Amino acid sequence: MNWLAWKMLTGDRTKYLGIVFGVAFGTLLIAQQASIFVGLMRRTSSQIIDITSADIWVMDQRQRNVDDIRPMPDSRLGRVRGVTGVEWAVRLSKSMIRVRTLAGDFTQAILVGVDDGSFTGAPLEMLQGQHSDLRRPDGVILDFDGYRQLFPGEPVRVGRVLDMNDRRAVVVGICRVTPPFQTFPVIYTRYSQAVQFMPPQRNTLSFILAKAEPGRQPQELSQRISQQTGLKALTWDEFFWLNIGYYIENTGIPVNFGITVTLGFIVGGAIAGQTFYLFTLENLRQFGSLKAMGVTNLRLIGMILLQASIVGIMGYGIGLGASALFFELTERSGQADLRGMWVPWQVAVIAAGAVGLIIVLSSLLSLRRVLVLEPAMVFR
Amino acid sequence: MVLHSEVPEDRARGTEDHRSGSSAAETAVYCRGVTKEFGTGEAKVRALRGIDVHIPYGRMTLLVGPSGCGKTTLISIMAGLLDPTAGEVSLLGCDLRSLSGSRLVQFRAENIGFVFQQYNLLPSLTAVENAAVPLIIRGVRRSLAIERAMALMTEVGLRERAQALPAQLSGGQQQRVAIARALVHEPRLLVCDEPTAALDAQSGRTVMNLIRRVTVRSDRAVIVVTHDSRVFDLGDRIIAMSDGLIDNHQREAP
Ligand SMILES: Nc1ncnc2c1ncn2[C@@H]1O[C@H](COP(=O)(O)OP(=O)(O)O)[C@@H](O)[C@H]1O
Ligand SMILES: [Mg+2]
Repeated sequence: MNWLAWKMLTGDRTKYLGIVFGVAFGTLLIAQQASIFVGLMRRTSSQIIDITSADIWVMDQRQRNVDDIRPMPDSRLGRVRGVTGVEWAVRLSKSMIRVRTLAGDFTQAILVGVDDGSFTGAPLEMLQGQHSDLRRPDGVILDFDGYRQLFPGEPVRVGRVLDMNDRRAVVVGICRVTPPFQTFPVIYTRYSQAVQFMPPQRNTLSFILAKAEPGRQPQELSQRISQQTGLKALTWDEFFWLNIGYYIENTGIPVNFGITVTLGFIVGGAIAGQTFYLFTLENLRQFGSLKAMGVTNLRLIGMILLQASIVGIMGYGIGLGASALFFELTERSGQADLRGMWVPWQVAVIAAGAVGLIIVLSSLLSLRRVLVLEPAMVFR
Repeated sequence: MVLHSEVPEDRARGTEDHRSGSSAAETAVYCRGVTKEFGTGEAKVRALRGIDVHIPYGRMTLLVGPSGCGKTTLISIMAGLLDPTAGEVSLLGCDLRSLSGSRLVQFRAENIGFVFQQYNLLPSLTAVENAAVPLIIRGVRRSLAIERAMALMTEVGLRERAQALPAQLSGGQQQRVAIARALVHEPRLLVCDEPTAALDAQSGRTVMNLIRRVTVRSDRAVIVVTHDSRVFDLGDRIIAMSDGLIDNHQREAP
């Protein structure tokens, strides 16, 4: 019977491919758009993602996300270091800065000042140079995509000179970072040096990064730090999700992507569902003669569900494959816009659920017609 | 499988059976007081208005009558495809009312073969695959089913066209495939509704001859609905209907 179902389904090639296409199209739209959404949300937290050595982020009480910087006086560092259970705590500054290349182009960039001694907060993946090169006078590490923005079409190498707030900076290292939400270049330097690059201001300390002593729960320590210092102390996880939650609540991004994903579901579902229904209608006579020849309703249900599952699985596979290929190709093309994005398994599961729903709905429609079919109709 | 290939012998035996009178054991289908109404109220149609008839094994019974007189309705009831509004139907020794739902479907799968006016072959299966369908429905392994279907394809003279798709066959050839399909599971009742109506005179005659030659055997009842008077001479027995009733003056084959 499975063989019969398969033969019936693939007999009408145009319809068969039409249904598979509909499911694939829906899957592609859902998976690709949802993945970009997830990727963008991750990018909002890119600076948090890239710093893995600290357990706890300490910041001003009023701060709501990683970009909403409220500088603190340097003295706060001592307070955090004074909390029992803190193994170490270091400073991190983050600010926007105006950069000019020798060619005279201006652009905004993200300036990160990392701990002078340990370089905690410095990028993990170095393409050229190393962290210790930051000790050189005016030394900065520039991210690869930023380099291409600042020096388009030029060979990627250290030694280039930038102008930041009328101060000379030398690129001593090139690194890879998780691309930030706004695709600005990311520039790393020592904390003490970053202060020199920034416009004069009273406070320059953005974050204090802290590590719990071995055997201590970061969760519990962060609560203790909050209580004792009056600052906001969050574990890596908490800060990551606080930040993403902020963007989800306060921007139109989820709505926009939600609309596209819904459209993908509706359009893909409509194409697939309608074609599948049409396929059943056209085969009603065949189903009728099978019924007359002694195929029970239960087996007809099985046949239709099998047919729907085949097109569902094929369409899903093609759609998901196309989404993965899409991200693979954008990655290879070197385009920074979608770099570092992929189809997370959660998105694959959600798309599978959507396809499952499409399949169930279309087979329900078809089943309704086939089950009420009078077998005597075959004599008409 | 015993297939009767010589018409004269068949006819002779059929007449003999008739002379010996028909007892319950020789009756494949038995109807008493069968009525069928479609719709209700103003739109009510009384398609059958009290049918008493029996169909014997071992012979080919023709059911004839003008269009709309209830022939299709009657054979649908006889084949267990349609429930009568009232009356009693006994099918191959079973009271139809005692068979319900999936047991009736199972009963059809095992005991009844169908030939439709519209052939109703599955367009994506080859001829021999189509002929194998009733066996596949009954759960016979595909290779074995096709092997047996091939024997029937030979019987209906289409061995060479076994791998063709229905669309590549003429109407007459498609109907011959349908006959192979109707016989492959060796049913005890074969029901054919106007098997020649969609065919030209010559292929119609060929198909009727084929049905006459390969379907009739002593443990099988064959009913053929037709309004084609040119083939009346092929039946062992003719039941005439008009307006939902059996005409009294039934004609037995000479
Ligand atoms: N499903 C149905 N619903 C309503 N009326 C029907 C249905 N099937 C048959 N009829 C009516 O019953 C009568 C007998 O039809 P049918 O058995 O098809 O006649 P025949 O096969 O002799 O041409 C006709 O008047 C037809 O319109
Ligand atoms: Mg009819």
